[in-house]
Amino acid sequence: MGPYLLRRLAAIVPVLAVVATIVFLLIHLIPGDPVSVMLGPDATPTQIEATRKGLGLDRPIYEQLLGFYGRILRGDLGQSYFLDRPVSQALWERAEPTLVLMLAGLLVAVAIGVPSGTIAAAYRGSLWDRGLMFVSLLGVCIPGFWLSLNFIYFFAVRLGWLPAAGYVSVFSDPMAAAKYMILPAFSLGFNQSALIARIARSCMLEVLQQDYIRTARAKGLSHGVVTWIHAFRNALVPVVTVIGITTAVLIGGAVVTEIVFNIPGLGRLIISAILRRDYPVVQGVVLVTATTYVVINLGVDLLYAVIDPRIRYE
Amino acid sequence: MNEIAVDILGAQVATAAPSTRPRWLRRALANRSMVAGALILLVFVLAAVFAGVLATHNPTRLEPAARLQPPSARHFLGTDEFGRDVWSLVLYGSRISLLVGVTTMVLTSVGGVIVGLVAGFSRRLDKVVMRVMDGLMAFPAILLAIALMAVRGPGVWNVIFALSVVYMPRTAMLIRSTVLSIRELDYVQAARALGREDAGIAFRHILPNCIGPLLVQGSFIFAYAILAESILGFLGVGVPPYVPSWGNVIASGKNVIREAFWISLFPGVALTLAGLSLNLLGDGLRDLLDPRLRVQ
Repeated sequence: MGPYLLRRLAAIVPVLAVVATIVFLLIHLIPGDPVSVMLGPDATPTQIEATRKGLGLDRPIYEQLLGFYGRILRGDLGQSYFLDRPVSQALWERAEPTLVLMLAGLLVAVAIGVPSGTIAAAYRGSLWDRGLMFVSLLGVCIPGFWLSLNFIYFFAVRLGWLPAAGYVSVFSDPMAAAKYMILPAFSLGFNQSALIARIARSCMLEVLQQDYIRTARAKGLSHGVVTWIHAFRNALVPVVTVIGITTAVLIGGAVVTEIVFNIPGLGRLIISAILRRDYPVVQGVVLVTATTYVVINLGVDLLYAVIDPRIRYE
Repeated sequence: MNEIAVDILGAQVATAAPSTRPRWLRRALANRSMVAGALILLVFVLAAVFAGVLATHNPTRLEPAARLQPPSARHFLGTDEFGRDVWSLVLYGSRISLLVGVTTMVLTSVGGVIVGLVAGFSRRLDKVVMRVMDGLMAFPAILLAIALMAVRGPGVWNVIFALSVVYMPRTAMLIRSTVLSIRELDYVQAARALGREDAGIAFRHILPNCIGPLLVQGSFIFAYAILAESILGFLGVGVPPYVPSWGNVIASGKNVIREAFWISLFPGVALTLAGLSLNLLGDGLRDLLDPRLRVQ
C-alpha cells in the first residue's frame, strides 16, 4: 500500500498547482481593468493606484503568480473587501452547513440508490425493475434546484410538515437540525440516487452472471442469500467509485441547494460575494471546494485499492 | 405525449415493412426511445423557431394589473409577479436554452477535437495539455461556471464561454483516448509507412472515427449546458434577469411560490423534458454507433 499511496499523492500535486493557477487567472479574466471594476465607478485615480499596488497587480504576472502560490501555501487566502476579515476565516465560518448538507445528501443518495439498483437487478425484467429504472431515468433529468422548489411547495407550503427554509446547527439542536435538513438533503441526493441506482443495477447484473453465483445457486442456496451475501458484496466495489464521484458532484449541488433553502453555507457566501464584487472570497471558495474535490477523489481511489487489492499493483 | 406514441407506432410499422431506407435509418427508427427523444427535441426546436407566432403575449411586457393569475384561457400557464405571461416566457426561454446548448456543444466539440488531436499526436505537448485538462476537471463543474460568470459578468455569450471552458476538457479527453487507441492500429501504421504526414493521418484516418463518440458526447453536453444555463440564471449570475430564460423564470417564481406555484412549475417541466429528450437521444446514438452493441 505504501508505494501506491506515495504515487497517488505525488499525482495530485500538479493537479492542485494547475487548480491554483486557474483560480489566480480568474482575476485577469475581468474585462477591462480589474481594479476599476472592483472599486466601482466612484473610485478616484489615486484610490485605484493604491489598490493596484496593494493587490500587487502592478508587478509582472509571473511574480504575482509566485506570490499567490506562496500565500496559499501559508494558508493566506487574502482579505475580504466587505466582510472585514480574512477569507480563510469567512470560509471556516461557513463550512459547517455545506459539509452537513453534503453528508446528508450523500446519505440519501446511497440509502435510496444502492437498494433500488440491487432490487432492480435481482428481479431483472420484472415490474419492479422497469418501474425503478423509469423513475431513475426521470431522476437523472429532473433539475435538482427545481425539485427543491416543488418540495418546498408541497411539503412545506401545502402540507406544512417541514420548514420551508433555514438552517439550525446539529451541534445546537439536533432534532430541529434534522427537521430543517430533510428537504434539502432529499433535493440534493435524489439526482445522485438515480445515478447510483443505475450503476448498482448494471454492476449487480454483471456479478450475477459469474460462475461462483451459479455454483452458489447449484448448491441450493436461497435467492435471498445468493443476492445479498454472494453477489451484493462483489457488486459493491465499482459502486464505491461512483459514490466518490457523487460526493464530488454534491459539492457543486450543495451550492445551489443552499440558495433555495437559505442555508448560510459556502454557496450563499460565493453568490453574495459575486454580487458585491468581493473577488478574494470568490477565489477562496472556488479554491477550497476544488481542493476538497481533489482530496475526496484521492480518498476514493485509496479506498478502492483497499477493497480491491489488484488495483495497487497495476 | 399521445402524438409521440402514435409516431413511434408509425415508425415501427414502417421498419417492419421491407423498405428502401438506408440501414442506419432503419436501425435508428427501430430504437424507440431515441425516436421519442428526437421528437421531443423537435418540439422544442419548433417552439423556439416559432416562438413569435405561438406566444400569446409579449414576454417582456410588464402588466401589473394581471399579476399572479393562475392558468386560464387568456394566460395558458398563468402570469408571474410582474404580470408577464408564463406560456410566452417559456416559449421564448427555449430560444435561450437551445442557443446556449447548441453553441456550447459546437464550441466544446471544436475545441475538444483540436486539443485532443494535439495531445494524441504530440508526446511532448500531451503531458502539459493533459495536466491543464486535469486541473480544469478538478473543479466541480457548476462552481467553475459560477466563478467564470463572476468575473465576466452576466450575458448570454459569457454563459456560453463559461460552459464551453467547463465542458471542453471532457471532450478533449475523449478525443485523445480515441486517437491513442486508433493511432497504433495496422491501417494507420500502413498509411504512415506509405509516407502520409501526421496531419493527413489525423484528418483522413482518425477524425472520421471520432465522429461517433463526439455525437454521443455532444448530446450529453447539450443536456448539461441547458441545465447549467438554467442553474446560472436561477442563481442570478447567468443571462440578465430581464431576458426570458427558464432559469430566470424559475427564480422569479421562487419568491412567490406560496401564492403562485405555476410560475416555477412550467419552465421546470420544459427543462426536465428537454433534458430527458437529449439523454434518450444520447443513449440511442451510443447504441446505434457502437458496433459492439450491434446484433446482426
